[in-house]
Amino acid sequence: MAADINKAIMGIKVGMTQIFDENDQAVPVTVIEAGPCTVLQKKLSDIDGYNAIQVGFYNLKEKQVNKPARGHFKKANVKPLRYVKEFRVTDIGAYEIGQEIKADLFNPGDMVDVVGTSKGKGFAGAVKRHNFARGSMGHGSKYHRRPGSLAAKGPARVFKGRKLPGHLGGERVTVQGLKVVKVYPERNLILIKGSIPGPRKGLVIIKDSVKA
Amino acid sequence: MSDIIRSIENEYFKPDIPDFAPGDNVKVHVKVVEGTRERIQIFEGTVIKVRGGGLSRTFTVRRISYGVAVERTFPIHSPKIARIEVTRRGKVRRARLFYLRSLTGKKARVKEKGRF
Repeated sequence: MAADINKAIMGIKVGMTQIFDENDQAVPVTVIEAGPCTVLQKKLSDIDGYNAIQVGFYNLKEKQVNKPARGHFKKANVKPLRYVKEFRVTDIGAYEIGQEIKADLFNPGDMVDVVGTSKGKGFAGAVKRHNFARGSMGHGSKYHRRPGSLAAKGPARVFKGRKLPGHLGGERVTVQGLKVVKVYPERNLILIKGSIPGPRKGLVIIKDSVKA
Repeated sequence: MSDIIRSIENEYFKPDIPDFAPGDNVKVHVKVVEGTRERIQIFEGTVIKVRGGGLSRTFTVRRISYGVAVERTFPIHSPKIARIEVTRRGKVRRARLFYLRSLTGKKARVKEKGRF
């Protein structure tokens, strides 16, 4: 059961820069073009078994969407949108179908969690993927970046979950406890302190922090 | 760089930064907050490094203060810097003047750039 969240918005990562805060300190920030998201549908526990709002983000042309999806957007009386996601918000009554969720949902100083899809690194070795220590590159050593011993002799097998080389990145990552530094409501921009997962132009979800 | 990021950075750029380069002597007027009072402190020395671009551009000033060398790095667009004054143009042949660190006395000087 997914935990209920108070508020959330979808956005596109624009990139990073630095700005000066009110104490004249340089602060590294990630710029996110957040919203406007539109509420497409309300899922209700009587009908669907759970409470959630379905929201869409990022305008598309009519022809970029297939007919069934087009019908779904028409139901909410909105233009086709690229990303459609559900948020299990606590107060479902505060949302109406067709309502827009904008960047002013968050204020400077708010603590947020950001969800994104990390950059794909391909098939990576144990040193890069699991932060294993590497062997000496010189002094006659021929043991450079290998994963080391896999297990003890006794069980005569390798336990599941053994950290080994494999695919790294390209997965859903949440960074918790980030601070909103600045919001430009009229330009749909949110500036968050520090880095967030994913490449530029990648979809991110900003939601209020579970730990704040 | 994206136009959005450029427009955000534009809010913070300072328009009145003088042109200076490594080797130049500068007076940096730094705002210092003491309790509730704010005053200006001057840090004068040789620019030994300028790095970065845009809003994150920084420069490092080296000075000898009571026999102890002090190097301070400032973000060029920092609101803490009230003013930068160029007092002397230096003639140097490299961009990073780290060799000054190993020199003392008369050797640790930078020739003045001739006017032409």
